[in-house]
This record gives sequence, structure tokens and C-alpha cells, in this order.
Amino acid sequence: MPVHPHLKKVLVIGSGPIVIGQAAEFDYSGTQAVKSLIEEGLEVVLVNSNPATIMTDKETAHKVYIEPLTTEFLLKILHKERPDGIVPTLGGQTALNLAVKLEEAGHLKRLGVELLGCKVDTIQKAEDRKLFKNLMQEIGEPVPESTIVSTLEESLEFAKKIGFPLIVRPAYTLGGTGGGIARTEEELITITTSGLASSPIEQCLIERSIAGFKEIEYEVIRDRNDNCIIVCNMENIDPVGVHTGDSIVVAPSQTLSDKEYQLLRSSALKIIRSLKIEGGCNVQYALDPHSFQYYVIEVNPRVSRSSALASKATGYPIAKIAAKIAVGKTLDEIINPVTKKTYACFEPALDYVVSKIPRWPFDKFITANRRLGTQMKATGEVMALGRTIEESLLKAVRSLEVGLFHLEMPEWKGKSVSDLMSKIAQQDDERIFVIAEALRAGVSAKEIHDLTKIDYFFLSKIQNIIAMEKRLETDKSPEIIREAKRMGFSDRFLAKTWQMTENEIYQLRKNHNILPVFKMVDTCAGEFESSTPYYYSTYEKEDEVLESNKKKVVVLGSGPIRIGQGIEFDYATVHAIEAIRSMGHEAIIINNNPETVSTDFNISDRLYFEPLTLEDVFNVVEREKPIGVIVQFGGQTAINLAEPLAERGVKILGTSTDDIDRAEDRRRFEELLRELEIAQPLGCTVTSIDEAVEKSAHLGFPVIVRPSYVLGGRAMEIVYNKHELLDYMKRAVQINPEHPVLIDRYMIGREMEVDAICDGETVFIPGIMEHIEKAGVHSGDSIAVYPPQSVSQDILDKLSETTLSITRALNIKGLINLQFVIYKGEVFVLEVNPRASRTVPFLSKVTGIAMAKIATKAILGESLLKQGLFHGTLPPKDTVAVKAPVFSFAKLSEVEIALGPEMKSTGEVMGKDKIFEKALHKAFVAAGVTIPDSGTILATINDLEKEEAIKLFKRFHQVGFDFVATEGTAKALKSAGIPVKTIARIGQAENDIIKEIKSGRVSLIVNTISKGKNVESDGFKMRRVAVERGLLCLTSLDTTEALLRTIERNTYSMDALS
Amino acid sequence: MKKIKLVLESGDSYIGESIGHDIDNVHSLGELVFNTSMTGYQEILSDPSYCDQMVVMTYPLIGNYGVNKDDFESLTPALKGLVVRECPMEGSNWRNEYSLRELLKRFKIPGIAGLDTRELTKKIRSRGVMKAVLVPENYPDNNIASMFSHPMARDQIQRVSTKGPIHFPGSGKRIVLMDFGYKKNILRSLMIRNCDVVVVPFNATLEQIQSFRPDGVLLSNGPGDPKDVPEVLPVIKELQKLYPMFSICMGHQLFALANGANTEKLKFGHRGGNHPVKDLSLGKVFMSSQNHGYAVTTESVNNSDLEISQINLNDSTIEGLKHKTLPAFSVQYHPEACPGPEDTGWLFDNFLALIRN
Repeated sequence: MPVHPHLKKVLVIGSGPIVIGQAAEFDYSGTQAVKSLIEEGLEVVLVNSNPATIMTDKETAHKVYIEPLTTEFLLKILHKERPDGIVPTLGGQTALNLAVKLEEAGHLKRLGVELLGCKVDTIQKAEDRKLFKNLMQEIGEPVPESTIVSTLEESLEFAKKIGFPLIVRPAYTLGGTGGGIARTEEELITITTSGLASSPIEQCLIERSIAGFKEIEYEVIRDRNDNCIIVCNMENIDPVGVHTGDSIVVAPSQTLSDKEYQLLRSSALKIIRSLKIEGGCNVQYALDPHSFQYYVIEVNPRVSRSSALASKATGYPIAKIAAKIAVGKTLDEIINPVTKKTYACFEPALDYVVSKIPRWPFDKFITANRRLGTQMKATGEVMALGRTIEESLLKAVRSLEVGLFHLEMPEWKGKSVSDLMSKIAQQDDERIFVIAEALRAGVSAKEIHDLTKIDYFFLSKIQNIIAMEKRLETDKSPEIIREAKRMGFSDRFLAKTWQMTENEIYQLRKNHNILPVFKMVDTCAGEFESSTPYYYSTYEKEDEVLESNKKKVVVLGSGPIRIGQGIEFDYATVHAIEAIRSMGHEAIIINNNPETVSTDFNISDRLYFEPLTLEDVFNVVEREKPIGVIVQFGGQTAINLAEPLAERGVKILGTSTDDIDRAEDRRRFEELLRELEIAQPLGCTVTSIDEAVEKSAHLGFPVIVRPSYVLGGRAMEIVYNKHELLDYMKRAVQINPEHPVLIDRYMIGREMEVDAICDGETVFIPGIMEHIEKAGVHSGDSIAVYPPQSVSQDILDKLSETTLSITRALNIKGLINLQFVIYKGEVFVLEVNPRASRTVPFLSKVTGIAMAKIATKAILGESLLKQGLFHGTLPPKDTVAVKAPVFSFAKLSEVEIALGPEMKSTGEVMGKDKIFEKALHKAFVAAGVTIPDSGTILATINDLEKEEAIKLFKRFHQVGFDFVATEGTAKALKSAGIPVKTIARIGQAENDIIKEIKSGRVSLIVNTISKGKNVESDGFKMRRVAVERGLLCLTSLDTTEALLRTIERNTYSMDALS
Repeated sequence: MKKIKLVLESGDSYIGESIGHDIDNVHSLGELVFNTSMTGYQEILSDPSYCDQMVVMTYPLIGNYGVNKDDFESLTPALKGLVVRECPMEGSNWRNEYSLRELLKRFKIPGIAGLDTRELTKKIRSRGVMKAVLVPENYPDNNIASMFSHPMARDQIQRVSTKGPIHFPGSGKRIVLMDFGYKKNILRSLMIRNCDVVVVPFNATLEQIQSFRPDGVLLSNGPGDPKDVPEVLPVIKELQKLYPMFSICMGHQLFALANGANTEKLKFGHRGGNHPVKDLSLGKVFMSSQNHGYAVTTESVNNSDLEISQINLNDSTIEGLKHKTLPAFSVQYHPEACPGPEDTGWLFDNFLALIRN
């Protein structure tokens, strides 16, 4: 059937900022879907608040709006654009929830807009626990015994009837926010309370825990003619009990016989048919490992993280097909985009194994509770393909970029069996590594199985790996190398085992012709001829890479999404690929993140789904023989590979490895700035506590301290006096001559950020950004404003000038990012990154300069002048754009939310308007901040900032706010003549600060960090309570002032007559 | 680890690990085909239609969930060899009784693991199915060439079919199941619908069949070339006039031949669980389980008493036929599944409806 004839124009809703549970997969599926709809001749309007996405490039759709994803803003777009339909199934839970709100408010009916792919009653049946349970009972599909509760009492009553353990699942939340498994009444009370609070409809499902069952997922597609297919099924190595987003997953299922496979397949088809979904859907099952008994856990009536994974795992583009189905096409008339010969109506057959491992943020959030449960905690994931479980699992492990090259963690080596077993029982992110260690220590598979319920099949694969390790201890023959490589062992591991270098192992392999081949992912296990440019490496016989005589350029992607290296880098990567192709060369991408646009095989000439390690990248380079490799778009991941690759003779395109080193090596960089006579905050390297104290005094407090051996703001802190310095030295770092500590003078000033492009000659600056928060808050967590609002032209000129001279001095070819602080009217350089930065998509969008594309062309020899650019700074546009960070604190318990020099945000949004306050307002709204226009502010401010805070509070008071505050702050407010109620610190009175927050009387918290053991932990508790209650808690006065400005702009002044 | 060698008629040879029956002094020769199913190896191995064939499983991990007592499609596997990328020592599943390796040994089926099965699959795809032989690792090559010069046997149906009638009592309609090498799940599919089933040898006479006073006749699947059993065509021709008839796979091809259509050998056949079949009257597509090397030719149907009811969405080959005037229909694929999708189980209901009307 053709596209519905009444559809001419459709609106696609994106998923907004990246948060835990909703990541880059929706940029992938959204981008693919929009292209797919355009192919069908439709006019597509797109809205999303996340600028760091390919989908919000103006070229992606006919009209692109970067606006907050709220009904208020959507309604404006609906009126302005008057689309015929909305596709709500491509933007995750965000889009689905919005669609429901618009429909329920009657807007869609009034405007004559049709919901495509999924009707509201379908969404409700799938999402509302009660309706879902009813439907499952109607069609005879089993669900675990459960009840819906709206109060704590109801949950306790159910527990009396059913017993423990129970699972608590809040309705309508991302990734199961606020849920968990309760084993005792006490736990049930805690979890239900937080669950009810996080559910927008204050509803939780409490059900019998089926933890320990096999967790199996099916990806299903249905069209309006009721044709249904399964794209893929997947099996979680971690049984039910760990959120699927936090589970290690393999595809296809491994331990299901055909009877079980078909049992669940038939069930999944029945469910999608009963829901009448037109498009993609994900069904999750719990299957009893000892019988055919199964339960339906969950249905997502939309494309999801799992469907992105399934698309990459099979090569079947679910979102693309789902979009066509949503507008009326049927599966049997859509051509299979992979074979181009058959139709989309078939079920992919795999001839490889796919492993997915989540990437968790615990390296950044060291205090976080690492236990995995029903609340997803991972920020990203990696995927690897191999011909065996062992190969695909080991490839996935080294894709994670956590410094591991094998299924082993040095810190668990030699630990006692009881330590290992109790760690395994904790069910945290390191479990699989510790299991391997326990097996190495002689623990039986049965013991591990009894503790974890992980299937023997998977445990035996880990045992195979360990058996190979043993053989490698005594055997170094070429035969065993080949066998080990076939199992996915890395050169690094062999090198370690044999006390050789990685290079020597490589040479050894090469001498014995033990080299990988590349196999094609073709959806059909080789049954039909296809030419999918999608490959993975394996040690087999036949290589399938199609020969080509074109000039080739390899681009390295940025790997899994993690805090500090997000979707922005995938954006730049995709742009680089497009630029290479536009120049008539072949673009080859290597990446391992299944969520992203860059790993859509339609984007590049060839996609290699591989770990981003020297070995794996070099394999591809050897096979493809490109003119060179571009490393500057894939974040630190790719940059770190530049030097080792160059050492193997690979040509690094763009800025040379030596110049990269000049920018990244602290000593060399200082030298460079001295030569250029450019100022930077004074700093030093110290190797003892005494030296630290002495040098800090010399620099002058406050200082920023950090260990030299971890990068990216980890364990970085600002200390204000000797006492704090000593505390830091004892608590946070290990200091000795091998592990020096860096100390820099902390200059409290306005932070500025500049991105520039250079072809080695001409330096072009598309724009300068100003950060709202003062230096000291990580640039990734600061609100950035383009163009700068509070900085003089003199300073801007100085910034441009400094940028031009550093860029030239570093011989940059491509992109560079510079961060500055303005201190007492002077410009100081904080940091220089010789690569694409986080701000590339934002700045590209607001200036209209496709920075990564231009940079790529410059790298490949097309000068900036030839590209129509000039040496200097582009004059600012007549618009104001604000980039605001978005955090996922609600998903991560026991994480400090106060902003500091370590990055904590997971995503970003953009607000753009004609004037600053409006843009800022949009950015806040898009970031999910509910801006109060009056109410009570809870204030607790440290002594250093009281004076500045009082000024802001006066203004707040003026527009209709009153205050509760802790003693010191209250005193300051009173003496400034602002009415305030004093509130006791935690535990110091019946009605303490925590109780006050929980009372619901507070609409905003302003809390600046105070140092010192007790106040620190009090503040921490308070901030956590606020986050868990969904209450806005600001820890920077700069952010507070920004918020105040938007409130002042939007509200009335409340003055009594005088 | 013992090594054995797989040699193809094309001359390619592969060394791999022996995972099945020991073939020190013997060899095993068969027609090399591939199957793309990711689950269901036990059903595939025991499907009599694989008689004299050697199966390459395209999915690399075969044997994961072991072997259980329920999932056999016949008592004695008839295939000549199994070719896989990897086969574990033990299976893991609650129904697992013994390993796949053990099954191969019990039924004296040689098996080879560790080779590039994707390369092999692509070879079959581009060259078509061909003969292959499994031999000990050091078996002399010149002996192998002579093996390939012998034509393949043509008596597979005779070998796998029942030697005498067997009765499976039920309270419902009586169905005579003509056994060309039937899969047990065809029988189960009838029995769960309360049918009373009599399985008869492929060469049962009209009179013998009539003597069971059937309400309907089902022609089963089976191995080899439908043209190897011309003697059954007249029986089918008469039976269809007397009883509602449903034919599956080999049965479908024989049904076509009996009604004047023709069959031909496909280059590499259809073997797997993901083949889309479009029903022309319903306008809908179903996933089907397939295992056939021959197909009914489209042109030949034009001059027959049959019409095409279903086609393969990928290559437009015939997947279903029905008689223009008589209550008889057939499908090329396996509505009984096992292994594979259960999307077309309703065909058995249609058959029973046809009987009731």
C-alpha cells in the first residue's frame, strides 16, 4: 500500500538532551527516519532541543526547529507549520509522552493532526501498567503477579499477600527511574516512596520478582496490513534483575532451543498485533531457565535503544522501515536496503555473534552506588561482532576504553575467593571481570551460577578464555597464536603474557601470516548477494572487502558515550565523513558505538565496527591502505591513537602528532606560551606534600589541584587554603615522584571558549562563547552563550588575536579549541585542545559554519581561502544562543550534584532567540528546569559568597520570592532586610532542612558548597534529597543569576505603594 | 582434537575438527547444502528431507543448548554430515540430555567444525549445491575425485519412508499421511487437532489408502527429487478426486507433477526459517520454515489444473498451489515449523475446514 494520500507534511519529534536511559540512539533512528520520510516525498518538520545531533542539522529535514520539547513550544510549531501528522515513535519516551499530552489536551484533534505509527490508546496500553496488564490477560500472555499502587500502604498490603522479593517499577519514567528490587519491608518503603515521586502520575507497579530468569528481548515490526516480522532477538547474559540497558547482551539468543525461540516469537507477534502498532516495537521477556514458563516484562511501542542495537547487530534499519510504515507503506513493498534485491519483509539471519557491553559513568562518579538493578545507570554502550562468543566479548571489552584489553582487571588479581565472591554478589558493573577472576582462582562454574544465575553456557565461554590463557603460559607456537586470535585475544594480552611488546607480537603474527579478514554484515547470512559496506574483523579464511581504487581516508570515531565524550563527537565524525565523500574520496569509519549515526552503514563508504585500539585500527588501515587517518573528530579516544599509529608508519592527517603533543604536554605547552608571550595561570608540578604546601603558598590561594596521571578533570579540586590542600592531598591523590600532582593558580573570572579552524596558514574563528559560570566549573557543565554578552570588544579582540597566534604556532590543520579566563581585565589561556571540541555542533548551528566539514576539507588540502573563508573572526550573528548542560543525577544515587571542575553533565540543549534572556529561558526549559515565577527559596550559602548572594536574593525578593535559610545565611538575609525563616541543619531540630525540602514548600534551592566534613556531608544529603524530589538545586551563583534574569524578564515587579 | 577434511566437488578442501562419528577408514559423501536457521539444529538434523545431504549451518555456534528427547523430527537422522563453525562440548538448557557431539556419534554422523562456514555458504550460493565428502585428514586426494564421479543415489524416499502403515489414534477426522519422509511435527500438528492419523508408506496403493477410509489425505515432505518416485503420481491423481488433500514440500511437488506441472532443481534451494511467503488472496506475508532443493516451475502451472496461491517474496518462486476444481492445496514450505516460525499453522485448520465442508 502506498503512503497515506492525505499526508503531505509530517512533524517528527526528537528525544531532547542525552540523559541516562535516552542517548544517541534516537539521533540515529531519528535521522534515519527523517531521510526515509523524505524519500517517500513527504515534507518533514523536525523539532528537537539537542543541538549536538545530526538530526538537527538544517540539511536533515525541510524545516528544523531547535526548541524546548514541551507542549507549549510544540503547540507554537504545530500552529506555525500545520502538519498533517506527527511521528511520535522515534524520539524515545520524551516524544511519546509529548504526543500523549498533546492528544489528551485535545490539540491534535483541534488542529487536525494525526498521530502516526502509534495511537494514543496504544501508547497508554503499553505504558500504563494497569492497562497493559489487562491487555496481556485478555490475549492470554502471562505477566508476573502484580498490583498498581498509588500509595505506600497499598504496596505494603500487596507484600503481605505475595511476600518478597518484589520489583517496584514507576509508571512513565525513563529507564525505570526510581524503581528497584525490594527484599525487605524497609527496602520496599524506600523504593516505593522514591518510585511514586519519580512517576509523573504517581503510580508504581509492584510485582513478584522474577530475578534470575533469562532476560530475552524481541524486536518486532508490524505494518498496517498486519504483516509482522522479528528483526532480532537478544539474550542478556545478566539474568532478569539487571536493567537491560545495564546488561551485557548478546544477539541472537544463545541458550534458547527453537521451541523456546518460537514460543517467545509467537508471543511477541501476538502482542504487537493486539497493540496495533504500525512500526517498531520491543518486547522484553523473562523466561524460566527450568521450564517453558515465561512472563512478558515490558513493551515499548516505539523504536528504542534496543532497536538501535538490533539494527546495528543485524544490518536491518528498523527506524528507516518503521518510518515508512508509519506513513502507510507495508513491509512487502519496501525494498530491503541491504540486499537491494529482496524485500524488507523477512527476518534477518546472522552468521556472527554480537555482544553489547554498557559503559558506566562510575569512573567519573566514584562515590556512586555501583550496584546494578532496575534503574539504568550506563551512559553508553559498545558493540562488537565476532564469529564466537569469546571473540565478540573480548572485542567488546577492549572497545570499552576503560584501560582493559582482556577479560581481566588488575585490581582483582590475587584477591581471595571470598573477596571475589562477595564482589560478585554485589552485582555491579565489574561483575563479569570478577567472575573471570573467580574462575581463574578455581571457583566452579556451579558456584558462580548459583550466585548469579548466569547461564552455564556463558560461564563456559569465560572458562574457554581462561583455558586458553593457561595454554599460552607454556606454548608460544604460531598455531596457538592463531587459535588465541580466533578467540579474540588481543596482541596486548599476548604481549603481556610473553613479556614482549605489542609491536613484537604484531610482527610475529605478520611473519606467520596470522592476520584478520573482514566479513560483511548482510542480514541474510550470505544467502543473497549483497554489497553492504559494513564489516567486522575476524580470524577466518575469506576476506570480503570489495577492492576500490579511489583515494581513501579513515576517520576514527569516538567510541561509547561517556561523561565528557558525548554525541558531539559523533556529530563531528559524521560531518568529516560527509566532507570526505563530497571531495570524491572514500570515507571509511571505524567505531564501536551502536547508538550513533556514524555507525549507520549508509553514512560512509565503509563502516568497520571495531574496537578503537591500536591493533584493531591498524588492522583496518593495513587492509584498506588509506592516504591517512583523521583522528581529530573522535574526541580523546581518537587523539590518543595518533601517536601509536604514527609510530607504525600510519599517516595522521591534519595537525601532526608532534604538534598535538606540544598542545597536550604541559611542559611543552608552557614553553610555547612563553615564546608567544601569552599568559596562563601560574602553575607547577609537585611530588610531595611539603612541596605542594610551599609552592601553593607561592602561587597564592585559591589553587586548582589534580593528579597528573588522570586527565579530563577527574579528581580535580579547587582549594582555598592550606588546610583544604592538606585534606585533598590525603584524601584524593597518591603523591610521590612517580605520581606528581599539578597545582595551578585558580583565577576566579569569566571563562571564554573559542573554536577555530586552520589549514596551516589561515585561521578562521567562527565564534566566541562566554560561559555563565566562572572558571572552576567544568566548561562542559557551564552554560555557554553565543555571542558573548558581557565582555568588551577589546577583550574579544584580544581573544581572537591570542587564538590566531596559538593556532598558527601549533601548525593546526583542522580544528582547535581554546579556553580562556578573563581575570582583572587580562586574558589567560586555560587549556588548548588540538581537536574538535564539544562545542562544534552548537557553534556550527548558531553561526551556520559547518566547522567539521570545513576543517576536514582543510585537512585534505582545500585551503580556507578557497573555501571562501578568511583569516580572522566571523562577526557575530544577530541572534543569541545558549547552550545549557543536562544532568542525569536522578538516575545515579549517591552522586554529588554540585558543579565543580569535574564534568558531570550527560547532555546539552540549546535555546535560541532574539534576546539573551529569552534564549536563556528556552535553554532552561529545554533542560527540564521548571522555572518558578514566585515561591520560597531555600538558601544556604558559604561565607565567601554571601555578599554576592544577598544581592541576588534582593532581586528575587523584588519579583516575589521569600526565603528559608540556614542560620548564617538567614542572618545575612535579615541584615539585608529580606524576610527569612531560619531552618535548622540536618538533625538539629524537629523540622530540619531535609524535612523542609520534603514538605513541598520549597520551589528552588540555592546552595553553594562549603568545605569541612560535616557541612559537606549535610550539603550533600540535602542536594540528593532535592534531586530525588525533582527540585531544582543550584550550586553556582552564576547559574542562579542567569535564572533570575529570565524570571525578571518574564515576571512582574511586586512593589507596594509607597 | 582429531582433524578431518571436507572436500568439495569444486576441488576446495577444508581441514577442521571432527565433532561426530569417527571416519578413520570410511568416508561420508553427500550433497552439500546450507541452512540459515539460527536455532533448531536438532530438528534439522533429524528431518528426513536431509537424507544424503550434508548441511552447513550458517550460524556459527551450533550445539549450544544440547539435545533433548522431544525435538526429534524422526527417530534416525538421515543426513550425511554436519558442517559448523563451532560446536561446544556440552549443551546448556533445562531439557538438555546430551551434547550435539554425542548425538552425531550415536547416529554415526560425521561432523566437522572450525571452518569458515560463511565462505562455504557463499561458495554454494555462487556455484550451486554440489557434492562433498568428509574424509580423514590425510586421505589421498586422488581417491576422492573418483568418489564424485558416481551419481548420487535416487532412492532416498524409499529409504526414509515407513515400511508399513502405523496408526496414531485420535477422536477426530481420520487423515492418511503419505510418508515420503515426514517430519514428526506434521503428525503432531494433526494430532493436537484431534485427528486420527494413519501413516502409510510412500508407495501405498490407492486401495490400501481407501481401506483406511480417510476423511483427508496429507502428502508429506521428503528428501531428493520428486521425479524419483513417478509411481506415486497416478495414486495422487486419484486420491485428490476422492478426498480433500493437503500437501507439504515434497508432497507439494508431487501434487504439482500429478496435475501436469513441472519441477526443477534450484541452484541452492531454500533452507532456513526466515523465508517470506505471500498469500495472494489474503495479500499478507508470512515467515516460513523451508527446506527444499526443487521447486515447481511457474510456467508449467499455466497448463495445469492448478493455480498459484502463494509465492516467495524474495525470488517469486511458487510457495503454494491449489487445485482449480478439487479440494486440494499445497505449500512448498513447512507449516508445521519445527524448526522455524509458527506463522502458518493455520493451514492445518484450513485443511480440516476443507474436510468438514
